[in-house]
Amino acid sequence: MIKKALVIGGGVAGIQAALDIADGGYQVILVERTPSIGGHMAQYAEVFPTLDCPQCILTPKMVDVGQHPNITLLTYAELQRVSGEAGNFKVEILQKARKVDHTKCTGCGTCWQKCPAKVPSEYDAGISERTAIYIPFPQAVPAKPVIDTGHCRYIRYMEFIEGGEEGKKPPQCRICEQLCPVGAIDWEQEDQIVTEQVGAIVVATGFDLMPIERLPEYADDPDVIDGIQFERMLSPGGPTTGVVQRPSDKQIPREVVFVSCAGSRDPEHGVPHCSRVCCMYLAKQAMLYKHAVPDGQAHVFYIDTRTTGKGYEEFLQRTKDEGTVYLRGKVSRIFRDGDKLKVMGVDTLSGKQVEVSADMVVLGMAMLSSEGSKELAARLGIATNEQGFFTESHIKIDPLESTRPGIYLAGTAQGPKDIPDSVAQGSGAASKVLGLFAQSESTSEKMVVS
Amino acid sequence: MSYYPGCTLKTKALNFEASAIAAMAALGVNLVELPRWNCCGTVYSMAEDDLAHHIAPVRNLVRVSEQGSGKVVTLCSFCYNTLKRADLLMRNSPEKRDAINAFMDEEIDYQGDVEVVHLLEVLRDDLGWEEIAREVKVPLEGLKVVPYYGCTLTRPQEAAIDSVENPTVLQELLRVLGVTVLDFPLATECCGSFEIVSRPDSVTERAYAILGMALRKGAEAIVVSCPLCAHNLGQQQPKIAEKYGNFPGIPIIYFTQLLALAVGISPELCRFDLNFGEVEALLEKKGLLPQCERSGVGE
Repeated sequence: MIKKALVIGGGVAGIQAALDIADGGYQVILVERTPSIGGHMAQYAEVFPTLDCPQCILTPKMVDVGQHPNITLLTYAELQRVSGEAGNFKVEILQKARKVDHTKCTGCGTCWQKCPAKVPSEYDAGISERTAIYIPFPQAVPAKPVIDTGHCRYIRYMEFIEGGEEGKKPPQCRICEQLCPVGAIDWEQEDQIVTEQVGAIVVATGFDLMPIERLPEYADDPDVIDGIQFERMLSPGGPTTGVVQRPSDKQIPREVVFVSCAGSRDPEHGVPHCSRVCCMYLAKQAMLYKHAVPDGQAHVFYIDTRTTGKGYEEFLQRTKDEGTVYLRGKVSRIFRDGDKLKVMGVDTLSGKQVEVSADMVVLGMAMLSSEGSKELAARLGIATNEQGFFTESHIKIDPLESTRPGIYLAGTAQGPKDIPDSVAQGSGAASKVLGLFAQSESTSEKMVVS
Repeated sequence: MSYYPGCTLKTKALNFEASAIAAMAALGVNLVELPRWNCCGTVYSMAEDDLAHHIAPVRNLVRVSEQGSGKVVTLCSFCYNTLKRADLLMRNSPEKRDAINAFMDEEIDYQGDVEVVHLLEVLRDDLGWEEIAREVKVPLEGLKVVPYYGCTLTRPQEAAIDSVENPTVLQELLRVLGVTVLDFPLATECCGSFEIVSRPDSVTERAYAILGMALRKGAEAIVVSCPLCAHNLGQQQPKIAEKYGNFPGIPIIYFTQLLALAVGISPELCRFDLNFGEVEALLEKKGLLPQCERSGVGE
């Protein structure tokens, strides 16, 4: 029995699982695909139902992960291969080349302040730009940068020279290297395979939002945005410093329409499931919009409001009491008509067609499994459902176990859920790992055909 | 190719049929009218046990089988929809198929072996845009239109000839013909359909929304593929002008008329005189009414 765990995914579920296992006294390797842990939760402005800011409640956990003596944090890394069985897995992890020596780097920030190459920021859901050498957001852990080799000017220049291409040479740049006070830029750094042995694995790879382009009848306009983009806009630390402004002309929108079930509960668009969080986050966003623009009008189109958490229904009522109009019905089409966006829908309570002239529309897009989930499942030898969410051993009785002993599930990787449930599941998966490690011998479950 | 006309094509939409037959002949496709065709049923009956309403469309499909053709093309969107869905019912519900076949004991049994297509599908899938582009003699440049699909070409999904929410086949065809196609968000909006009989005021309202948007988008004409859409969008215009005032009007054109004109059919054969709105004046203004050498093709 190797009493060391691997946690895949550094969102709030993976963070919680890693901390709980580490606090239990065992070594943990936390692997995260992006350059920082934090996951989607780090993008949110305030979280329901208490309206805490994630920077206040998540950042301390992120720092704990970064400093915990029992946690080895591998960001910008992905699981490549798994063999073995519960109690003794051999895993190969691809550490992507950062081109920055993190043993030398102090995280001073000179490089990313001066880098001239601009790329849409993933963290800000494309509504601001980052540089090619970057940390995803100011509270990133680790707070040391990586070079995005797809967009770095010098790497493009080198590829141009080595490729022997014709035409005008791109600029050489290397500004980061010239300015780095500790000489941490390492152009020679290559991808590496890190091999480890672990006794248990927690899969917490989270979700992706359905891209709004998959609903062209809604999305063909810059002022139609998704829920995460609106979170960034509401965030005081975000690209608009919390000022709500529509993307097309930076004006403050006086009328905003929120559309629930944009993609979810819609087999015609390939997503039959309910995404579970949209009712609540749209209620929260409508409320925060009204706080930011008190004379503005918010409308929410919904199929039905699903508020099945502690304090959730009360929160929804507060949103309604504060003046947001709820319209029970689906939106058929959104299109530009002059200065306004015309939102055509139906109010099934009055039985009438409704048209709202809005300045901006926020789509509560469906939660999909994280990109690459099915490939990861194949590598791990575990199952997913049709949507790519990992399958539990038993949906009611063994919701934390995957279909393979020694591999556990946490957070939205298993299915759409909110932050409290993700954290609880992270802790639950950790307790499963601790329970396994408490056994003296590895005892994998024997399958008996009866 | 077996061709099912339906009632409207022989009455109110003579311009649709004449232009389609002439244009397809110029493209090398001979539309052979089905002998002894009857009413398509007009609207597909959704009631589970209402099998009697499917007999009319199925009987037409039997006629196609008898003609030895595995495929029937329609022009009217309603005929397309009703025949297509009756065919799907016969393919997918063996019990209902047997009941309908047993009832029509004087006919040969229908086994669900006829492909029902709309003319737009023939143009897109059988001929292809490149082939049609080669046959364009008179590019219709300078003409600004919006496409209008109506409901029954793309709904429900199993009978849709294109994307349900965002069909593009009309735009694609019109661009091949050289027409300037404007963005039109109401392209699949309901025109009011058969409510024209029971609730004509609601149709006036729908037509005003659609036509008003087309005018705001800068369209000089609306291109349609359904005689009922053409009727509602055309005949409501005087009422709209009366009810809302300040309404300049906009001509309604069948896509086959523009296709025919572009492949060199004489304007007389396109029967623009039967359209709503001053179509000929519009085409004249754009310099798109040439004296054509190929007039008479398809007669």
